[in-house]
Amino acid sequence: MGKQVDYEKMKKSSRVQKIAGKSITYILLTLWALMVLFPFYWMILTSVKSYSAYNSEYIPSLYTLSPTLENYAEAFTAVPLAGYFWNTLIFTVITTALMLVVTVLAAFAFARLEFRGKNAAFTIFLSLMMIPNELVIITNYVTITNMDLRNTFSGLILPSVTSVFYIYLLKENFEQVPDQLYYAAKVDGTHDLKYLWKVLIPICKPTIVTITILKVIECWNSYVWPRLITDDEAYFLVSNGIQEIRESGFGRENIPAMMAAVVVISVPLVILFLLFHKKIMAGVARGGTKG
Amino acid sequence: MDKKNWKGWLYLLPAILFLGFFLVYPLVDVFIYSFEEGYNSASQTYFGTGLYNYSYVLHDPYFLQAVENTFILVLITVPVSTGVALLISMGLSSIKPLRDLYQTIYFLPYVTNTLAVGLVFMILFKKTAYTDGLINLMLSWFGGNAIDFIDGPYPAKMFVLCFYTIWVVLPFKILILTSALASVNRDYYNAAKVDGTSGFRIFRKITLPMISPMIFYLVITGFIGAFKAYSDAVALFGTDLNAAGMNTIVGYVYDMLYGNSGGYPSYASAAAIILFAIVLTITCINLLISRKKVHYV
Repeated sequence: MGKQVDYEKMKKSSRVQKIAGKSITYILLTLWALMVLFPFYWMILTSVKSYSAYNSEYIPSLYTLSPTLENYAEAFTAVPLAGYFWNTLIFTVITTALMLVVTVLAAFAFARLEFRGKNAAFTIFLSLMMIPNELVIITNYVTITNMDLRNTFSGLILPSVTSVFYIYLLKENFEQVPDQLYYAAKVDGTHDLKYLWKVLIPICKPTIVTITILKVIECWNSYVWPRLITDDEAYFLVSNGIQEIRESGFGRENIPAMMAAVVVISVPLVILFLLFHKKIMAGVARGGTKG
Repeated sequence: MDKKNWKGWLYLLPAILFLGFFLVYPLVDVFIYSFEEGYNSASQTYFGTGLYNYSYVLHDPYFLQAVENTFILVLITVPVSTGVALLISMGLSSIKPLRDLYQTIYFLPYVTNTLAVGLVFMILFKKTAYTDGLINLMLSWFGGNAIDFIDGPYPAKMFVLCFYTIWVVLPFKILILTSALASVNRDYYNAAKVDGTSGFRIFRKITLPMISPMIFYLVITGFIGAFKAYSDAVALFGTDLNAAGMNTIVGYVYDMLYGNSGGYPSYASAAAIILFAIVLTITCINLLISRKKVHYV
């Protein structure tokens, strides 16, 4: 009988321990989630405080009772924010589109076509993945400058197109499509390009969507190359625009307007992320790295 | 057969053109630049070849400052971010409800613009004439004195830089480690449970060895990424990093290339090659260690 009670006690204490452990885990995880979200909250909060209200707060307040949108108006009128936005959009769309064409063609050649030197070419391509961007950017800068392509979209876009890793990723995916489909198409006299367009691309759409999203994120956030190659405000991308706003826009003290600009710039990617977060995270887990 | 050969290369042609022009040629060229002394990018002339560029860079106090900053940043952020990511991922994989929500939130910094969010961090940490900033307010609750983290003493600036860097790199590490933890075979844990093994022992003897390849992958890519730090520093301290004393090696390369102190592709090349000699050495050391310590299944 006594033993029975002991057993019950042990069960109870182990359950208590478990619950305590779980609660601590949840508390810590929630704390980190707050750390992640807080800068975003602060950015939005500051952007809706009025200029005078913000500057009269010696002790920053954690909420505001009189939100205003005047900073957003200011952000679009005092600095060419819409222009930066538009430039980034053009840059992102063209770079991503070119990257897709180049990547799909190369991946198709490696996955489906037979030609002399294919394996050697693929090995060389793979070894190119190890070349760090910081090394080649110096010559690219000199090349683009000598070609008089500074402050043009061509100068911004052309060196940003290539992504060896995406060729590799897509080639792997193309190879998973059964050979029989290709031979059947061949027998029917289908042209390679048509087979690529009508069969391979639809089947491999998930991978193509993933690399598109990853490239869009990369383009939207790119800072170093645009900074080197543009000094004319008319060609600034959002990252450079933010830096420009910080150094000289709005008069350095207008922080609410700065934050409004930051919100405007961050919103497209956050929306993209909320829509596609499963795909983005799966894509990154498959081998994306940052920087 | 000839036509077939020709076709394969035709499909590859765009990729070869882009890669050749913007990746292979520049790689060769950067070594040439680094040995050309006194190269002038306007007239494209130089007056000699040799190691002068390397010696100039290695004696430049700005470069030495940048090397020091980069090393401190690497030595702090890589271990801390990997450790914190491991803790968070273990927490994540021990819970069921809300796990997806937490995972999504944690990944958010990965998709945001480093420059834009860096500005928010700057405002949180900065002390101005109007306000001490939120972080200083929180410090004062614990009886601390207000510090200017952005224009103030070096350790404070370094702290902010490390903190922001860790905030930026954690999403990737958490994602990789969570999926590594999820792929560990449940049977091992069940067997350990039957034997009544303690939680800590399970972690040390099962979890850690099973995910060690991924941890080392993160350490190696973490080292490489941290050595290339630049945008984070710009976001916090502005483009004139030399004046702030917070330049990084990559920042030094870009400053040599462009900006107020720019126009010296030779010095930039020498500095970039020195950086990659460092990165390569550290990566090799990491690989040697991992061969001894990592458990590959």
